[in-house]
Amino acid sequence: MKILVCVSKTPDTTAKIAFTDNNTKFDVNGVQWIINPYDEWYALVRAIELKEAGASTVIHLVTVGTPDADPIIRKALALGGDEAIRVNGDSHDSFYIASQIAEVAKQGAYDLILTGKETIDFNGSSIGGMVAELLDQPYISLATKFELAGTKATVTREIEGGEEICEVELPVVVSAQKGMAEARIPNMRGIMAARTKPLKVVEPIAVNTLTTVAGFGLPPAKAGVKLVAADNVEELVRLLHEEAKAF
Amino acid sequence: MSVLIFIDTADGHVKKASLEVLTYGAKVAEQLGTTAEGVVLGSVTEELAALGKYGVKKIHQVTNDALNHLDAQVYTNVIAQVVEASSAKVIVFSNNVDGKAIAPRLSVRLKAGFVSGAVALPDTSNGFVVKKNVFSGKAYANISVTTDIKIIALSPNAYKTEAGEGTAEVVAFSAIVNPVKVKVIKTTKASGEVPLTEAEIVVSAGRGLKGPENWGMVEDLAKTLHAATACSRPVADAHWRPHNEHVGQTGIAIAPNLYIAIGISGAIQHLAGVNRSKVIVVINKDAEAPFFKAADYGIVGDAFEIVPKFTAAIKKLKGIA
Repeated sequence: MKILVCVSKTPDTTAKIAFTDNNTKFDVNGVQWIINPYDEWYALVRAIELKEAGASTVIHLVTVGTPDADPIIRKALALGGDEAIRVNGDSHDSFYIASQIAEVAKQGAYDLILTGKETIDFNGSSIGGMVAELLDQPYISLATKFELAGTKATVTREIEGGEEICEVELPVVVSAQKGMAEARIPNMRGIMAARTKPLKVVEPIAVNTLTTVAGFGLPPAKAGVKLVAADNVEELVRLLHEEAKAF
Repeated sequence: MSVLIFIDTADGHVKKASLEVLTYGAKVAEQLGTTAEGVVLGSVTEELAALGKYGVKKIHQVTNDALNHLDAQVYTNVIAQVVEASSAKVIVFSNNVDGKAIAPRLSVRLKAGFVSGAVALPDTSNGFVVKKNVFSGKAYANISVTTDIKIIALSPNAYKTEAGEGTAEVVAFSAIVNPVKVKVIKTTKASGEVPLTEAEIVVSAGRGLKGPENWGMVEDLAKTLHAATACSRPVADAHWRPHNEHVGQTGIAIAPNLYIAIGISGAIQHLAGVNRSKVIVVINKDAEAPFFKAADYGIVGDAFEIVPKFTAAIKKLKGIA
């Protein structure tokens, strides 16, 4: 059993969001970087749980990024996983990134590819589906549970107002979200082991991107809160009804 | 050339999100001087022709039992056939659960630039630029799509449904349908409740409620407003409420018209999941709670006293005894 987990470097959830170069670049000044939480807490930890349940399982991590992604990959390796591959490319185009991951996947012949449901910076939720299409494999998105019996996976996915349980034969691509696994933190043994785990750097394949970022912007600031006295709830109802027209 | 709109259904019914994309897609078609067409897969019990009132002229319907449940791979293949037959240049999805599964695949299949989470009509004054949410709603990006065919997945609740007059021509489309690989064995739906991502109004509560036994007043308020219920991360982690109610950076991101937060302090991770709500009301006993900075209306006080009064006042307004 070979699992490929796609991980991405993202700004910390509390990072201040600002832009430079005439609003064309994200301002990295002072930003702490983390493993995209959906990739880490749900995709990677579920892969580790599967490995803990079946010792012959091998986990590879893949990321597409420049050398400054290396500390994030080491941190992911400290949680678990046997080796990592960094494709030395940089792009905001999801097709470019998916194409690099699909190339790594083709070389490694994985039974299962796990990604987070989206990254918390670009919120694209595109990589899993794109990789699946590039590999001509089935894709289950927004998974909240993943169980394996031999080569058959039973996956629970979110639907509007409920959930759906599906069965699929491996290989498959699955995007993970809350429910899939319980978040954990790396222990000292894992951190020490991660230092010597292989981190292979490969050069990207040539890909024609499909989109470019023309610019960024920030939403207009809120006007400020209108406070209503606690003993005057009727006034809040009136404001919501007449002023905000919220109901 | 045309604009093709994916009409998403569940249990034979057209989803609310589909009405938004129909309205949006018809506007895109108008902008490009072309017509809007729709595609619907699987059995539908509703009158599809009536969707013409949202501006769609023609609807391609592919009926096949294999399409009654979503297998993104099979769906993609069928939609690609409709795209080719209708010479669609822009394809519009909702960025809902099904759109997220299908649209990225179709993007690869057609080598079509894809923008997910769009929040406005494309700017076609100089190329084709679509505004989308990034950084979990804390910013937006303008994405320039450089390919001949373009795919947009519209954020739910980002574009207002508009109904006018008109009837769509419904045509049966005969497509090659590949064998399904993802077999759906069980579907569970919370009956009678409003799905969180589709809800116009969401009532949400946090640790300030002290325990799961106190959610009755939250549910009463939600019921009165025909709203969905949600919660903060600590509440879901403590299993006071199910995980699928957790809104925030690592849970579900929502953008309702009205978000009522009760006993939630408003950590930045929580705000990231709700900051696109049009109106935010915060009820918290702590006047220093960060959530008040992101709110439109607020009450500083004890939720256990305020919420039942709030519900009663809304009932009075609505004429419910």
